[in-house]
Amino acid sequence: MRQFGYERPEYAADAVALAERPEVRYLAGGTNLVDLMKLGVETPDLLVDVSALPYEFVQEDLDGLVRIGAGVRNSDLAAHALIRSRYPVLAQAVLAGASGQLRNMATVGGNLLQRTRCVYFQDVSKPCNKRMPGSGCPARKGDHHNLAILGASDQCIATNPSDMAVALTALDAVVHVQDHAGPHEVPLAELYRLPGSDPQRETTLAPGALITAVDLPTLPFARRSRYRKARERASYSFAIGSVAAALDVEGDVVRDVRLAFGAVAPVPWRARTAEAALVGGPVNEEAFRAAAEAELAAAEPLRDNAYKVPLITNLVVRTLAELAAGS
Amino acid sequence: MTATTAIGAGLNRIEAAAKVTGAARYAGEIPLDGHAYGSVVQSTIARGQVTMIDADAVLARPGVLAVLTHDNAPRLHRADDTDAELLVLQDDRVRYRGQAVALVIAETLEQARAGAELLDVTYQPEDHDVVFAADHPRLYAPEHVNPNYPTDTSVGDVDAALASAAIVVDATYSTPAEHNNPMEPHAAIAQWDGDRLTVYDSNQGATSVRQALTTLFGLADGAVRVLSEHVGGGFGAKGSTRPHAVLAAMGARFTERPIRVTLTRQQMFAMVGYRTPTIQHMRLGADADATLVALEHTAYSQTSQVLEFAEQTALISRLMYAAPNLRTRHRVVALDVPTPRWMRAPGEAPGSFALESAMDELATACGVDPIELRVRNEPSVEPDSGLPFSSRNLIACLHEGAERFGWASRDPRPGVRRDGRWLIGTGVASSTYPARSAPSTAAATALADGSFVVEITASDIGTGARTALTQIAADELRAPTERVEVRIGDSDFGQAMIAGGSMGTASWSWAIAKACRELLHTLHEIGTVPPEGVTAHADTAEDIKAQAQLSRHAFGAQFAEVRVDVDTGEVRVPRLCGVFAAGRIINAKTGRSQLIGGMTMGIGMALLEEGVMDPQFGDYVNHDLASYHVPVNGDVHDIDVSWIDEHDDRLNPVGVKGIGEIGIVGTAAALANAVWHATGHRHRHLPIRPDRVLTSLA
Repeated sequence: MRQFGYERPEYAADAVALAERPEVRYLAGGTNLVDLMKLGVETPDLLVDVSALPYEFVQEDLDGLVRIGAGVRNSDLAAHALIRSRYPVLAQAVLAGASGQLRNMATVGGNLLQRTRCVYFQDVSKPCNKRMPGSGCPARKGDHHNLAILGASDQCIATNPSDMAVALTALDAVVHVQDHAGPHEVPLAELYRLPGSDPQRETTLAPGALITAVDLPTLPFARRSRYRKARERASYSFAIGSVAAALDVEGDVVRDVRLAFGAVAPVPWRARTAEAALVGGPVNEEAFRAAAEAELAAAEPLRDNAYKVPLITNLVVRTLAELAAGS
Repeated sequence: MTATTAIGAGLNRIEAAAKVTGAARYAGEIPLDGHAYGSVVQSTIARGQVTMIDADAVLARPGVLAVLTHDNAPRLHRADDTDAELLVLQDDRVRYRGQAVALVIAETLEQARAGAELLDVTYQPEDHDVVFAADHPRLYAPEHVNPNYPTDTSVGDVDAALASAAIVVDATYSTPAEHNNPMEPHAAIAQWDGDRLTVYDSNQGATSVRQALTTLFGLADGAVRVLSEHVGGGFGAKGSTRPHAVLAAMGARFTERPIRVTLTRQQMFAMVGYRTPTIQHMRLGADADATLVALEHTAYSQTSQVLEFAEQTALISRLMYAAPNLRTRHRVVALDVPTPRWMRAPGEAPGSFALESAMDELATACGVDPIELRVRNEPSVEPDSGLPFSSRNLIACLHEGAERFGWASRDPRPGVRRDGRWLIGTGVASSTYPARSAPSTAAATALADGSFVVEITASDIGTGARTALTQIAADELRAPTERVEVRIGDSDFGQAMIAGGSMGTASWSWAIAKACRELLHTLHEIGTVPPEGVTAHADTAEDIKAQAQLSRHAFGAQFAEVRVDVDTGEVRVPRLCGVFAAGRIINAKTGRSQLIGGMTMGIGMALLEEGVMDPQFGDYVNHDLASYHVPVNGDVHDIDVSWIDEHDDRLNPVGVKGIGEIGIVGTAAALANAVWHATGHRHRHLPIRPDRVLTSLA
């Protein structure tokens, strides 16, 4: 680990001012950043600790909108009564991630900006277009059994590792950002970028931008929502495929639905094609399967990750069927 | 045999309080005055030459004291039996990716690591060959397999018997590279005093490390002392001297300061050994009544360009079942990869996956219950050698396990049990591991206050060895355990077997029993203990040489239940049951823990663990615990461990067979057999990952 400076400002404006240089990183829970610093993947010369900023709140406004401070610990978020009752998909997604100890440290803001766990990205002795633009992507020929089938480019097939972000994507969360231009809002779907020809750029955030909060729009039918994560061991591992879903059924018809996939793309993957296919259609497994297949028609599996297509299809069918059954 | 008072009791670990309060110090925590830190720089090519190391920039960094490379590192001596992997920084050749090419020494750990990251090493790479295959053109028959078993054996005429067999199973199984991941990474701190060297090291046997360092540094006998009071696991990866200890000693000599070298988790994947990948071709032939007429086990494994390690994969087939025509073969290929070494139950762990899976396939083909198949083919003597068994209670374990597990009501049909989205299945496999003893020395001292001290260079790698040896010594001395202090982990106590090959307790207990009996004899003669105490020494070398030729093995039976998610291919293990016949169990508590640990590691082997070799780099790319999965609590549910009360007086004075390895032998096969029973699909390649299960269900 290289030498670095450390600041712990009490005001967001001070933090943003400190962080505009590219060599600066925000430090929240540190559960990913510190690892990457030990690996030499991240070599900041200054860490700006944001834990003194007043962002550890979960509150509801008069319109029923829920605002989550960026500094809220994952454990606290998952345990919060508002989240558990109105957005069970979010509580479940957070609890499906990492371990108890890590969730006690990790924050909402940090979780959104964690980096891919692609083994090539994490090993500085190997090429990686995301870490070292233009150096190449060995994952295409190498170990990619848990890398992207959707949204990837010939430059990068990394996946976004977050569980929480998949649920937030399904819920149409809006991110509050503060940067040199002041505070503003970004829909989560517009926060992340697909890799294209410049996979080193993962978000649309300006240099030094600080995530301060996340809004959850009122979505009454999200009370009937769930997160299902498949993984290689029972706990404490990243998804090989996950589905966040909320379903609104009226009689025999799907009135509304939210669907997002994890561990299949460089970003949390909002399944809009599937949603469009489902809305107004019947509530049965055939329709669920057809919708999933429509979404996954764009999949471009590689040698060792084609299993993700049936995996996600099965997870969609099962999760929607369970929601429809009210189980 | 010893009269037992302490032996068999579930005594708590003697050092438990020291460990949970942090008072127990491990090698990487020993503070020596003025010590500095060494950080290892690993090669980033798999084969070639180091053409230049530009150390100037690193040497100019704050705190950096030295950069050791092949240009300036102390020269090492080698003997005929020197482990070539320990000849670090002696030349410019790169023989595998991850080989040590430099050691950066600095005042702080952070400075050393930063220097190591920044060191500029230039290579002339050469084409590397890292892909293991059963048709590799450079496969060869080694002179022997680990540690010194015959490479090939043959009894009768396998080909003729297979040609006329009513039922034949012909199948190929494979297992991936698996990496030892003890909780404590390898660490050492070394200090020189003239030509005397003291090393606190994390290992499974301090005298073997002392011997290696004495040779490498050309020192006089007795000049090296290795201390290893507490060790946080090994699984074989600390069974021999590892490069970190040599680098620490080199660094200390070069800088004339104590130097600590601690490997990172990532470095361990290339520098401490691992289990070779295997490919195993099995041919089993049986009569219509399920009597084996032929068994052939051909095993392929890899080794490195540095030295030969030939896994004894097919050894298990030489003793398990009564096949009149029996052939085993081992072939090895030397690749540009790190050297595979011992990992818990080398040979038997991968070998049992193939043999016990093939037996399950044969049971199905013959239409008999898998337990009945094993009963019908139970040998009266070791099939390969004709030697009698010192004791063999495999059938008793199978029957006892069947009772505990509830096997009798099992429906043999595969793929027919379902609970919602889960398929359910059960499976069984046999376990075995050799029960050997090796020469060791010990000293037992009676003190005037009525207490005793026993000294032996045993190693407690977390197994509870210190506690078990205390129980043994107490019974031998007819004293309560509180009055007996067993001191271990110091090479000055004299030569002793390592904690490896399930031979530790068997070997050490022999030396301790002998020393204690000698001491009691002396005390009987002299009447009272003199003020300075009285000591008896023992060396079991001659006793072990005089042992009768017998087939000595522990046996066991393992049962598994699995649930397979039809949507995701995830496999869960609601219960495992293991029944073992392993001689005398010294400590019921730590013994049970060790067997549970072995079976838990078997879950990892069956379902999770896989070192992924990337041929582009010659590297196991998933070299951390986030991407190399070992079981976590969520993967482990009911594990029912028990043992048969087995008295075998042809082993060693205490009747110990050893239980370090047998827990992992057969677990993977029992689980694979259960997955077949659940799904109807036979997985012949490990691990049985969700992607593979899902693909098979499609």
